[in-house]
Amino acid sequence: MMVSDGKKLGLFLLFTPFALWIGLLIILPHVGMFILSLKEKVAPRVYEYGLDNYINFIQEPIYWNTLLRTGVMSLLVTVLTLLIGFPVAYYIAKIAGKRSKGALFLLCLIPLWVSDLIRAFGWILLLRETGVVSKSLQSVGLIDTPIEFLYNDATVVMGLIYTVVLFMIVPLVSTLDGMDNEMIEAGYNLGGSRLTVLRRIIVPYAMPGIVAGCIVVFMLTAGSYLTPILLGGKNSSWFTEQIYDQFITRYNWESGAAFGFVLLTFTSFVVWAGLRLSGQTLSSTVAKS
Amino acid sequence: MNTSEFDLQCENLTKHFASVRAVDGVSFDIPAGTFFSILGPSGCGKTTLMRMIAGFESPNSGDIKIKGKSVLDTPPNKRNVKMVFQHLALFPMMNVYENIAYGLRCNGASKSVIKTKVADVLERVALPDVAKREIHQLSGGQKQRIAIARCMALDPDVLLLDEPLGALDLKLREAMKIELKLLQHQFNTTFVYITHDQSEALVMSDHVAVMNEGKFEQIGTPQELYHEPVSAFVAGFVGDANRWSGTVSAVHDGRVQFTTAQGLTLNGINKGDAHAASDTVSAFVRPEFIKLSDANLTNTNTTAGNNNEGHNSISGRIDSLLFNGANSRLLVRVDSNELIEADVTLTGGLNDPKAGENVTLVWPHEQTMCF
Repeated sequence: MMVSDGKKLGLFLLFTPFALWIGLLIILPHVGMFILSLKEKVAPRVYEYGLDNYINFIQEPIYWNTLLRTGVMSLLVTVLTLLIGFPVAYYIAKIAGKRSKGALFLLCLIPLWVSDLIRAFGWILLLRETGVVSKSLQSVGLIDTPIEFLYNDATVVMGLIYTVVLFMIVPLVSTLDGMDNEMIEAGYNLGGSRLTVLRRIIVPYAMPGIVAGCIVVFMLTAGSYLTPILLGGKNSSWFTEQIYDQFITRYNWESGAAFGFVLLTFTSFVVWAGLRLSGQTLSSTVAKS
Repeated sequence: MNTSEFDLQCENLTKHFASVRAVDGVSFDIPAGTFFSILGPSGCGKTTLMRMIAGFESPNSGDIKIKGKSVLDTPPNKRNVKMVFQHLALFPMMNVYENIAYGLRCNGASKSVIKTKVADVLERVALPDVAKREIHQLSGGQKQRIAIARCMALDPDVLLLDEPLGALDLKLREAMKIELKLLQHQFNTTFVYITHDQSEALVMSDHVAVMNEGKFEQIGTPQELYHEPVSAFVAGFVGDANRWSGTVSAVHDGRVQFTTAQGLTLNGINKGDAHAASDTVSAFVRPEFIKLSDANLTNTNTTAGNNNEGHNSISGRIDSLLFNGANSRLLVRVDSNELIEADVTLTGGLNDPKAGENVTLVWPHEQTMCF
């Protein structure tokens, strides 16, 4: 009895920080926000419960257009990140030698040592009208007048890919690393061309890593604030910007809270749909890598 | 000789990595429909040789011919040489049916052809009902057979097997040895089997090549390798043997008399290069040829002598008895303090030798192979 009680206490103590973190910092605020999102202001300091904030969101096209735009752009970023990250991960996991593998992986992690903000300002220094790129193009004579590279969708997408590509590479490297080289050779040996081996063997094998990477990247992108604002300016119309507006500019916390829940529901739905389409489950992907 | 009689031929094949010669001037011809093993210690170059045949490595010089045609310019996915990998490399994301159908699809076979071929090959490996199973639901031996079936469905000219039994436990390995041999007979395809386990090679093969440091030491039937090894390496690597090194004291008529470092004087016959007096020599004696002499012959007190005409005889004391049924063995410590292994038949009766007994070991000169 003593031993099992001691064990129970140990488990309890180990579990406590996690439970506190989940309870106090995740569940409690969300419950508070949810309650807040159901309140509507009928008169100064007089509130009633109702779905008005959500109805408002549906009735105003600019809101749900922004949400859809954010979703589509995030999916685009996710797909492009996968296309860029997969070859990089494949090279690190399968082609690079044992020794250079660690170095390359570390190299991928280096950007994380600098804050998001500094990295975004780095892009601004390069891309603004008086920035490095514009100036150099002028000095070689390719363009006559300075060009503003900032504040357009392409820049936002590029900046987002740059910030999230790492989160695609890490799970991909770990799944591809676990793949026996024999498997690829068997694919060729049995008559497969390069394309067949990639399509029928490597990609299906790496599917858990691909889905895990895509989920993380999509969630990070759809919920990002800094990069779209700094690189896209007011034109970026990212949905997080709308939430920020409601909370800070308009001081309409009820509506902001409702928007927050709309975003959460929307991204969760996209992830669910993605899992269904790829035939994967959360436990076989994110939980594994 | 007509070249098409051979499924696989290698001519003077050489491959080096940086300064290491992994495969060094290897030549051999494998007649159609035989079970050919390449036997060697790890690092001898046998895996490199196999990877060259499969096309994953290209040789620095030499030629590989399949059915008489050079395949050096054929990429691995176009060679009709299929391979059973060391860890089998079955595709875990496909079921058994899909694993076997993969190669057929790559060849552009139609759906109905794939269906009949998969069913046919599963029938032949005696697993007709597993088509819908996932790979992780199969036992070790079943995986083995599916890996072979996956290759045989494509009617290869040559099937390469890269130590596929290494991961199995002992009992299953013994069973699979027999099964592989039977499968080879049934498919009547040339099997090239790579192993470091001499018993696998001896049991299954029609011909065995013993490989060491990138070169073939000897190619022959298992019996030839066992009884007529051409080099000290083959004699030591294939089968068990007592081994001595010594200095030749006299040579006459192909017989060699030599003295070991511990002072034993033995007689043997030359199997390798001819020896002259004061040459160093390596001698091998298989444990099954060493007999305990009859009690009435053991009254000599010499540590080593030739009093039995044409026989070596040494007296010693049984140090321990390694019981293993029909393959039981004695460790005899002779008077010069060496251990000699001798096979005995233990009947369980009172006359069985026991540890601590004094015995005399006798074996014919002909069974002492000197190199």
